[in-house]
Amino acid sequence: MSIIKADTHPLDRYLRTERLPHVWCPGCGIGTVLGAYLRAMEKIGMDPEKSIMVSGIGCTGRAAGYVRMDSFHTTHGRAIPFAVGLKAARPDLNVTVFSGDGDLFAIGGNHIIHAARRNANITVVAINNFTYGMTGGQLAPTTPETGITTTSPYGNVESPFNLAGLIAVAGASYVARWTSLHVRRLEKSLEKALKKRGFSFVEVLSQCPTAYGRRNRMRDPVDTLKYFQKYAVVKNHVNPLEGVIEPNKPFVVGEFLDAPEEPTFEDKLWELTKAEFLHTSQAERSEWIIEHRRHLEVLSRIISGKGGEE
Amino acid sequence: MATESNTEKLLERSGLSLPRGEVYLIEDRCKGCGLCIAFCPKHVLVVSDKFNKKGYHPPELVEEEPVNVCINCGFCERICPEFAIFVKEKKEE
Ligand SMILES: Cc1ncc(C[n+]2csc(CCOP(=O)(O)OP(=O)(O)O)c2C)c(N)n1
Ligand code: SF4
Ligand code: SF4
Ligand code: SF4
Ligand SMILES: [Mg+2]
Repeated sequence: MSIIKADTHPLDRYLRTERLPHVWCPGCGIGTVLGAYLRAMEKIGMDPEKSIMVSGIGCTGRAAGYVRMDSFHTTHGRAIPFAVGLKAARPDLNVTVFSGDGDLFAIGGNHIIHAARRNANITVVAINNFTYGMTGGQLAPTTPETGITTTSPYGNVESPFNLAGLIAVAGASYVARWTSLHVRRLEKSLEKALKKRGFSFVEVLSQCPTAYGRRNRMRDPVDTLKYFQKYAVVKNHVNPLEGVIEPNKPFVVGEFLDAPEEPTFEDKLWELTKAEFLHTSQAERSEWIIEHRRHLEVLSRIISGKGGEE
Repeated sequence: MATESNTEKLLERSGLSLPRGEVYLIEDRCKGCGLCIAFCPKHVLVVSDKFNKKGYHPPELVEEEPVNVCINCGFCERICPEFAIFVKEKKEE
């Protein structure tokens, strides 16, 4: 028996195969997580024609360029406002943000907490590789204490964000964390996140052998996965505030939060506009628009990525 | 993977067997990262000597059948970051 030669892969219908092989380094976890996402999509029968992937800048951000569906590669840190605006304007579309820890929690940190607070009905897949991979491995708000990076050559003295805890407290509807090793459970969790109405957030700890692993005794991608195997403790519905990650200590992976359904940001906007718009004449609508200019301005600021954070 | 071999024994005793898989590979997509090899629960895969178009060593199957047989668990397919390797259930001949 030998391996059978193939030239197509079961996920090819979701991929821009003409762009493969992708840019990610050998053994980088981003491709694995993208695979889990596409399998989850397939499993729940999510129509690529009705789905859109938004990402920011970074190695993870390149994912948007490989999926065979509408996608948008935004400026650094602005994937969330773009996605929130898109969903507000087109609630019929499935909107996913697929981006890195730096993009979502450093430069984009303000946007993500407010999108969670608003319960915007989008799914966020955050690949946490503990660093800014694309720019060569700088200190990120997710770098574990003592972690060596190009900008913390003597070891990180800051404590990282607990992303799951932060987003749960901010007001999300669904929060989970997995690693690039927990591929099956990640897939199941992504199915739930995609189906969930409201802000859903899935953090995936992942290996960056090139920029982070190499400096932290995990040069081989297998090393980081062995680390995850050793320290990840699968537990569901743990208090998200207990989701802290410390070096060489057990950390929790699992579903932290699956909250009862609440009206989403788009629901509320729709209610607001529907009540006013129904059975009105064109003249009345124009009048309404003038009267509600402030709301529309906030909305357009969100859509244009200038925030609406006040 | 103690639990798996126990499962296998239990299944065998009740006259059942684990599924078998056939491994497929798009050779030129592989970047030789070794993740499929390191995490195959049945140790079915090894690094080959050959080079693909990009100069990486793709995996190949181990010689020793039937000790190391693919059980169609799908882990290699899921862990592969390159959409290169996948498995299909092997139908009984
Ligand atoms: C406005 C702006 N600031 C800084 C950069 C440089 N930059 C590019 S990617 C990146 C960080 C990416 O980190 P992360 O989101 O974690 O992605 P990764 O590469 O780790 O997947 C930075 C700071 C930029 N492109 N634009
Ligand atoms: S630099 Fe790191 S995150 Fe970027 S592709 Fe390479 S391994 Fe992946
Ligand atoms: S399907 Fe499972 S048993 Fe078969 S080669 Fe892949 S990882 Fe190994
Ligand atoms: S996991 Fe994929 S890319 Fe890595 S060695 Fe196996 S087939 Fe090649
Ligand atoms: Mg990163």
